[in-house]
Amino acid sequence: MSSLGLVTPQQMHFSEPLPLKSGAVLPDYQLSCETYGTLNATRSNAVLVCHALNASHHVAGLDAEGQRGWWDNLVGPGKPLDTDRFFVIGVNNPGSCFGSTGPMHPNPATGRVWGADFPVVTVEDWVDAQVRLVQRLGITQLAAVLGGSLGGMQALDWTLRHPDKLRHCIAVATAPNLSAQNIAFNEVARRAIVTDPDFHGGHFYEHGVVPKRGLRVARMIGHITYLAEDAMDAKFGRALREAELAYSTQEIEFQIESYLRHQGDKFSAYFDANTYLLITRALDYFDPAREHGGSLARAFAAARGNRFLVVSFTTDWRFSPARSREIVKALVDNRIGVSYAEIEAPHGHDAFLLEDPRYHGVMRAYFERIAAEVTP
Amino acid sequence: MSERADLELIAELVPAGSRVLDLGCGDGRMLAHLRDHKGCTGYGIEIADANAQACVQRGIDVIQLNLDEGLALFDDHSFDVVLQLDTLQHLRNTERMLRETARVGRIGIVSFPNFAHWPNRLHVLGGRMPVTRALPYQWFDTPNIRVTTFNDFEVLAQRCGLAVNDCFGLQAGRVVRRWPNLRASVAVFRFEQGV
Repeated sequence: MSSLGLVTPQQMHFSEPLPLKSGAVLPDYQLSCETYGTLNATRSNAVLVCHALNASHHVAGLDAEGQRGWWDNLVGPGKPLDTDRFFVIGVNNPGSCFGSTGPMHPNPATGRVWGADFPVVTVEDWVDAQVRLVQRLGITQLAAVLGGSLGGMQALDWTLRHPDKLRHCIAVATAPNLSAQNIAFNEVARRAIVTDPDFHGGHFYEHGVVPKRGLRVARMIGHITYLAEDAMDAKFGRALREAELAYSTQEIEFQIESYLRHQGDKFSAYFDANTYLLITRALDYFDPAREHGGSLARAFAAARGNRFLVVSFTTDWRFSPARSREIVKALVDNRIGVSYAEIEAPHGHDAFLLEDPRYHGVMRAYFERIAAEVTP
Repeated sequence: MSERADLELIAELVPAGSRVLDLGCGDGRMLAHLRDHKGCTGYGIEIADANAQACVQRGIDVIQLNLDEGLALFDDHSFDVVLQLDTLQHLRNTERMLRETARVGRIGIVSFPNFAHWPNRLHVLGGRMPVTRALPYQWFDTPNIRVTTFNDFEVLAQRCGLAVNDCFGLQAGRVVRRWPNLRASVAVFRFEQGV
């Protein structure tokens, strides 16, 4: 299918400090973003796409290095989120490592690289930064905010704290908070990074090293949790790399080991260790019910003017359908318009990034409904 | 043709402006009709992907769930009307679903194929299971895992403590009130939770 072709990111500078949930302040920051399609005369056709852990503002099209955007199968001309009808915005969140201000950049107060001193950012802080960016683009109300996984949490937060600034929320493969097991996986990943001797308390930049070993292990454990057991069995099974067993505890025997090590190597070559810590923490902290006496329904009372599409995948055990149903229940309790699709897909959490006719069919149908409401 | 007439006849039982839950809502045409003609709001529940997508397409809020898992998502009496149209014959746990329908809604409306309709009786008299326009399936590949009659349902309704306040048959797009168990291919019951 057609694609957007070459896309160019923009840098937006914000000199007004961003107050953070922790009480700290991000003094001065840049956000990288990309936009696709054309904003209509009434500025009513804008859709914001929020990214998850390992993604960026580069949602669709090809960047200067020829890299395809992470949701290119969903976003583009004639695709379910059709850039011929919508003005689509991708933004990189502060604290990330793909162009927006992050721990690898200098702290303006000291002139030194932030490193581990970069303030802890939350889903709410990201959304506040996105609100400013959307304002800067001259948009007072988005047609929709869309996100998967951690991006879905951001989309939900828009409706909880800025409900008048959007009409529709599309939350895919997400959860109202992380379970203990989910936090546990994040903690294993973080320990792998901070115990790497090359981490240097988060100030490894000054030492000219990268805690690659920690990042590799963090990515390996993360990757396992994004896949379903059956899909992993189907893809790798007990296949061996060599014809004969080596009877070695150190060498790669099974194809799955080879695959995970490869994923870890690739990841550690481009991802920032402090960003990994920050983003997994943001996941852990997200819990909108906490501020409403533990009631998710009470939290969503603010979103009565919004409409929702919630999507989950049957084999996603990291963000399971049961967690999406909690969101649906909280919306139903508030009599809020919601459609919920539970897609039977074998790919686990990763399914939200893949092309599936039933998944993309329902996304297309929902966006067509939004497009029909948009006045040109 | 008679399907459309049946839909309209059943829709007449739904008070205007009701909050409606449609269990097994198919492609959402009943909810769309109630929204467009009676100002109703609410949700459809549907398991099939293609139907759920069709609902989204026509702007009906649909929640994809397996009804055999119950209605834990919905609080007691959170809807004015709960519809269970042409659905109960596909459910494993018919009785539980009926009790759930009465729990969640103030009014329940159920419709299902009546196996005691006279052509079906003739088939059985002839020694074979019925295969008709209303029941076009062979016994070995039918999605209708519960086969029941107008009169049988009255017994179940009583057992579930439901107060039936209207019931009739539908045949060829018309209401049948005399001998519906014999003369109608579709049975319709409107009930409330008994005291």
